[in-house]
Amino acid sequence: MSTVAATGRGRMSLRTESTLRVVAPITVGLIVLGIWQFLVSVVGVSDYLLPSPASIVEEFIAYWPSIVQATLITGTNALVGLVFGSILGIALAALAARWKVIDRMSAPVVAALAVVPIVALAPVLNSMFGADSQFGRQAIAGIASFVPVFLNTLRGFRQTTPVHRDLMKAYAANSSQVLRTLTLPTARPFILTGIRIASSLAVISALVAEYFGGPRGGLGALISTSAASSAYARAWAYVVASIVLGLIFYLATLGLERLVQRGRPAGVAR
Amino acid sequence: MTDGDGGLRSDAGGGSRPASRNPDAAAAGIRDGAGAPPQPAGTTAVEVRGVDKIFETTSGHVQALDAIDLTVAAGEFVSLIGPSGCGKSTLMRLIADLDAPSAGTVSVFGKTAKQARLDQEYGIAFQSAGLLPWRTVAANVALPLELHGVASAARSGRVAELLDMVGLSDFADRYPDQLSGGMQQRVAIARSLAEQPRLLLMDEPFGALDEMTREKMQAELVRIAAETGAAVVFVTHSIPEAVFLSDRVVVMSPRPGRIREIVPMRLGVDTRRAARTEELREERGFFEMVTAVREALHGETPVTAGPRGVETR
Repeated sequence: MSTVAATGRGRMSLRTESTLRVVAPITVGLIVLGIWQFLVSVVGVSDYLLPSPASIVEEFIAYWPSIVQATLITGTNALVGLVFGSILGIALAALAARWKVIDRMSAPVVAALAVVPIVALAPVLNSMFGADSQFGRQAIAGIASFVPVFLNTLRGFRQTTPVHRDLMKAYAANSSQVLRTLTLPTARPFILTGIRIASSLAVISALVAEYFGGPRGGLGALISTSAASSAYARAWAYVVASIVLGLIFYLATLGLERLVQRGRPAGVAR
Repeated sequence: MTDGDGGLRSDAGGGSRPASRNPDAAAAGIRDGAGAPPQPAGTTAVEVRGVDKIFETTSGHVQALDAIDLTVAAGEFVSLIGPSGCGKSTLMRLIADLDAPSAGTVSVFGKTAKQARLDQEYGIAFQSAGLLPWRTVAANVALPLELHGVASAARSGRVAELLDMVGLSDFADRYPDQLSGGMQQRVAIARSLAEQPRLLLMDEPFGALDEMTREKMQAELVRIAAETGAAVVFVTHSIPEAVFLSDRVVVMSPRPGRIREIVPMRLGVDTRRAARTEELREERGFFEMVTAVREALHGETPVTAGPRGVETR
């Protein structure tokens, strides 16, 4: 009975927690917007310095087709980078977990990748792959995604406990059975966490990479053009769109995490 | 009375799975027929001959086991008891072929330990339940069956039966972390019984439980062992636990791990395992056995005289 009650409470608090996770930031956002609008229209801060939320919304509506277009371009770059970066990260982590040599060889490379700033790579890759190719941006998003996925997956592959390994040996399970029934499920929450962290990084990287040349049309490129031509409200409208894009990526990966962990009580590994 | 309980159980079992009647009936025959040690003629479950185990560590060799000889008959319940570091878990791991002996031989039902492991001759339970947290209780119990290619229908039938046996039918769809420690341990025991092994290896399976749950689990284990007729090698460091459960208690001394004495248990009027009920814990004979094991453990060997056991080292 006590187990039942505890479970019920656990689920409930989980639900409240996830509702809170959505409601709380929205509330904070609305309050900030209110103060912002108040500063501009009542206190009289110049529209040139700080465009009011209302004017940003106006621009947002006026440039809606262009915003959608730009979001799609940047979003595609981020998604391609995220998918390939994650696949590469998981695959290499699997190899590194299996063979120590690969682990030793890859460790310095991964460490180097982890500290490479996007701003350093973007101009190089942009000129490498030409001014009309999105590949440079996708590569940057991919590199940014690769690191957290690789590190988390590798950690996940090392989480199997001695008692589980003994059990598998006692059952005379072959190596593919061990991978399927023990190693992968153990690593799964870690892999998903890696992908969730990578999703935000992929969007940021794809967007920031656009500041350093390459084809126009993405959110980053439009933010810099609008700001350069003093259309601050429009620049802010694109910023809003990029925030939305980042949120979509984050929520999608969070949803994926929930879906895969469906039915599992949380709290085993994070 | 446990007799009535046992009868009820095997009836229920027979109704749902006719195939399992045989082991049950055989087990019952052993218990009822032979008054003394429950051994069917001529079968040896475990035979350990002259086994040494030396672990290589950075600081040198550690001799965990020294010249171990032990025979466990089919259907017999043997406990290994001794202080920490006496190698009792190591000995069990050698029988399970989770480690290999440095010298000597281990055979299980006449096969090498490795062959016995590959043939799945034993079921095993560890001190930590070792359940897979992402699998439901039912899926955890089904794990060995799944790994060994038992068809899905037969699997779910067997799982239902096992969960009934350990009294967890209502929890089949729960996840391990929704269960108490005692319940998790019962799931682990159900899992170890999944393939009706003739030998059960248990490494302090109740070590992490509180005293009350522990006594309840011991009674259940006695019942289950009697029902299935499996031989059990049970590692523990609790004297009352060893006395309550076992046909024989193997007392070990530490560093290097040696068998100091094997104390036969003569509990109650008959030594049938089915007769080990809760009342037994309050009987005189029980305390006498506890004393005998304790004295063997502390080296004041009153039964078998000799130079051994006066000093631990």
